[in-house]
Amino acid sequence: MSSTHAADHAPDHGHGHDDHHELGFWQKYVFSTDHKIIGIQYGITGLAFLFLGFCLMMLMRWQLANPGLPVPFFGPLLQSIFTPFGSSVFSNDANGHPGMLTPDGYNTLGAMHGTIMVFFGVVPVAVAAFGNYVMPLQIGAPDMAFPKLNMASYWCFFVSCVVMMSSFFVHGGAAKSGWTSYPPLSVISDSGPGIDPFFNGQTIWLLGMVFNITGSLLGSINTIATIIQLRAPGLTWMRLPFFVWTQLVTGFLLLLAFPPLEAAGFMQLMDRAFGTSFFIPTGLLLNGHLTHWSGGGSPLLWQHLFWFLAHPEVYVLILPAIGMVAEIIANNTRKPLYGYKAMVGGIFVLGFLSFVVWAHHMYMTGMGAKVSGFFQTTTVMISIPSVILVTALLLSLWGGSIRFTVPMMFATAFLPMFGIGGLTGIPLAFNSTDLYLHDTYYVIGHFHYVVAPGTIFAIFAGVYYWYPKASGRMMNEGLGRLHFWLSLIFINGIFFPMFLQGIAGVHRRWYDGGATYEQIIAPVLHWNQFMSVSAFLLGAAQLIFIFNFFSSMLIGRKVKNDNPWDATTLEWDTPTPPGHGNFIKEIIVYRGPYEYSVPGADKDFTPQSEAPKSDKAAHAPTPALAH
Amino acid sequence: MEIPHTVTARPDTGLYNAKLAIWLFLASEVMLFGGLFSAYVFLRMGSDDGYWPHGLLNVPIGTLNTVILITSSICVVLAWAALKMRKWGMYKVWLGVAIGLGAIFLAIKLGYEYPNKFDHFGAFIKKEKWAEYDQYLGNEYLAKKGLDPRPEISGHLHEVEINVADADKAQLDLLIKKRDLEISKTEDDGKVLTIKVHSPRDADALAKVPGAVTNPDETDPAKQTRKENGVKMVAFELALDAVNADPKNPKFDKPSFWFRGHTETIAVIHADDVESGGWGAFVPKHSPFLAIYYAITALHGLHILGGLVCFVYFFFFSEALYRRNPEHMANRIEVVGLYWHFVDLVWIFVFPVFYLL
Repeated sequence: MSSTHAADHAPDHGHGHDDHHELGFWQKYVFSTDHKIIGIQYGITGLAFLFLGFCLMMLMRWQLANPGLPVPFFGPLLQSIFTPFGSSVFSNDANGHPGMLTPDGYNTLGAMHGTIMVFFGVVPVAVAAFGNYVMPLQIGAPDMAFPKLNMASYWCFFVSCVVMMSSFFVHGGAAKSGWTSYPPLSVISDSGPGIDPFFNGQTIWLLGMVFNITGSLLGSINTIATIIQLRAPGLTWMRLPFFVWTQLVTGFLLLLAFPPLEAAGFMQLMDRAFGTSFFIPTGLLLNGHLTHWSGGGSPLLWQHLFWFLAHPEVYVLILPAIGMVAEIIANNTRKPLYGYKAMVGGIFVLGFLSFVVWAHHMYMTGMGAKVSGFFQTTTVMISIPSVILVTALLLSLWGGSIRFTVPMMFATAFLPMFGIGGLTGIPLAFNSTDLYLHDTYYVIGHFHYVVAPGTIFAIFAGVYYWYPKASGRMMNEGLGRLHFWLSLIFINGIFFPMFLQGIAGVHRRWYDGGATYEQIIAPVLHWNQFMSVSAFLLGAAQLIFIFNFFSSMLIGRKVKNDNPWDATTLEWDTPTPPGHGNFIKEIIVYRGPYEYSVPGADKDFTPQSEAPKSDKAAHAPTPALAH
Repeated sequence: MEIPHTVTARPDTGLYNAKLAIWLFLASEVMLFGGLFSAYVFLRMGSDDGYWPHGLLNVPIGTLNTVILITSSICVVLAWAALKMRKWGMYKVWLGVAIGLGAIFLAIKLGYEYPNKFDHFGAFIKKEKWAEYDQYLGNEYLAKKGLDPRPEISGHLHEVEINVADADKAQLDLLIKKRDLEISKTEDDGKVLTIKVHSPRDADALAKVPGAVTNPDETDPAKQTRKENGVKMVAFELALDAVNADPKNPKFDKPSFWFRGHTETIAVIHADDVESGGWGAFVPKHSPFLAIYYAITALHGLHILGGLVCFVYFFFFSEALYRRNPEHMANRIEVVGLYWHFVDLVWIFVFPVFYLL
């Protein structure tokens, strides 16, 4: 096991565990039950999907900036790959040149970009990867509560990835009804002559989602059980690092919000495969003919079930990000978090309220003024805990002796970026202003500010911060800074003009970026080029990160000790990288998570596991809890 | 490495890991079935008067299944108690009985209730034609009494009359042969056929026969073009359900406990008088009620099956663990038992919601 690595760094540790035997390569690195390996598997898979989702978006951005022009190089290449499978994402343009994105293809890429980024990119990285790798270490646990279940959730997720990707290669291509899959469109699309009744884009999308949801449910049960049951002796609730709190609330959100979508997914599968009418209204016409469905269903039912998941999902995306940022800010300001208890309270209120705001996505459906009024009220209420969190993090910077390490740069940039994302959401919470803004680029700008320079910046911060623990080497500082500044500039270059376009009325689903409506939106149309160039440059900047990520594994500077950032939380008490079973000394927690710069202490940080000098102050842990 | 609290409870939470996890899992299951039941509420509230059937399902059979499931739940508790008292023999007996009862439940569901529905035929009559079929629907009578209308005629399908003028004859013949159907009457130079069917599914299959190929010289099937319409349904002949045979009888004003089968009264329904997509066997696509009925009961059945798989595994492969750590074995039965009680509880909701309301 990795205890050999541990011996390199800390020869005195030796073999702390004798109850396990050497595992073969497959059991150790592939079908592993070790939470750290599973975390890394989630992380690599998720990061790869983030990049893939970004590539889909770059293809779309090319089309928006240059409507009808073939995508250079990649267009013809992808056309030659997809066409033999009967998928028409790319076709010849008006002049017969190959590689033009078709309208159907644009819809396909849009649907798959959303699906991949949310369910296959951000959640697996922010929740599953960091939740698996960091959370058990932070609570002093030897592993997750159910290691085999943990492996099962990763492989469920992996199957869902394979299923979802396979849909690109079926006749008719991948799903094209948006990541929200609104019926009746989603029930009708990907069907008809020549399309397999079962192996088609939308049906495979639903199947992939069912696997993805199942994996996510197993993972969330495991996370919650681990946090509740496996905290080290002395690690009382209010001594938990904030990241663990966010994982706990996220676990509950996933646990309770995903099943209704799974139910809805089953129903849509039945609509597509067995001809039921859950979401098909009576008398639906298609090309002027009555459809064969019996009718009597309700398209709104899908929207309710979908957003009942998908709104808490937003908080699933953002809470672990805030948790990571909190850890990094406390560590790099060398002072405790401001308002730790208020933040813990805040995420619980946030988690609860996130279940009662879903229909603010549905103001446009005409569900009624009373219902809109209710959801408008709850939506405005949910901004209170959000503001508490951001304010507490901002105040945590105040008076700190800030170390601008690469993780800290991403974490500090997170605050204004998430702030922009949050504040631009307020006009969308009010249904009168939302009616105007709803289907415009304003909405795209709003939620991308929350998720892209928000969550994804936090993910980068987390990768730079915990990389030394996982690999024993630091990522390159200079490349990290370069990656940060380029990412910060270009990501704003993409998303800020969306607000300008959206307020001017640019609709978010136009295939040609609005060229058809040039007379109306001429003042903002030129931003399309600017945004697309920013997107391509942002993509290029990520190559720096990818290079840094892999090269640092081999040539990165080795960490000087097990705690390179002088941090207080328990994950830094393990050998580097941690072996199977994690800790090689008994962990007892004596203090809160952020004892930085404690007056009178001999150094500026006091690890949670450090016993107090005078035995008087010690909060002796319950002996029965020692395992 | 050993995970703490796998068998003994953690003192401050009072739970061992698996017990906490199964409660969390059940919470997510509540949301899963909650999503489906909320769909039920949505569909029922959105249905027109009379289109949501009452008394369609067999209440005595449902009652029997309820009793069976509750009894099996009791048996699982007794099996767990036997393990706690370290009585291995009793454990095997009670678990065996629980498995048997679970299997009977599934057998009734899959072997009797579902197939009965699949062989039952119904057709929703267009509103403007209700008057023509009032002898079967009784809507005048119902309107006078202030009751919801009855839009559907149901029963046992005997024969269908079909127009095959535009249909692909070869495929039609193949189908008739494959399903062993009998042509009882041929009219209009073989364009209109009357066919005896075994079940409504035969009628469904007949209706799906495509139009004749218009370019028979083309050998590549992908390039063949076909006539737009294939087999066209003309009429259905069925033995009516008791309700439709005597629709004005006050005893049919309310659904009753005892199931009412079909009668010998024969009726003919013209396909043109039936709503688009509104005829067929009582399969999921027939109506929103049946769709949600099958969705929930099938998912519930899958849960029963999952529980049975666990039980059978514990029945045959638990002795080694019992000898090594009997408390661990008892915990396993407790956890799977909690799951089983939950599945039981779901049925306690399914039964009144679908059978009685």
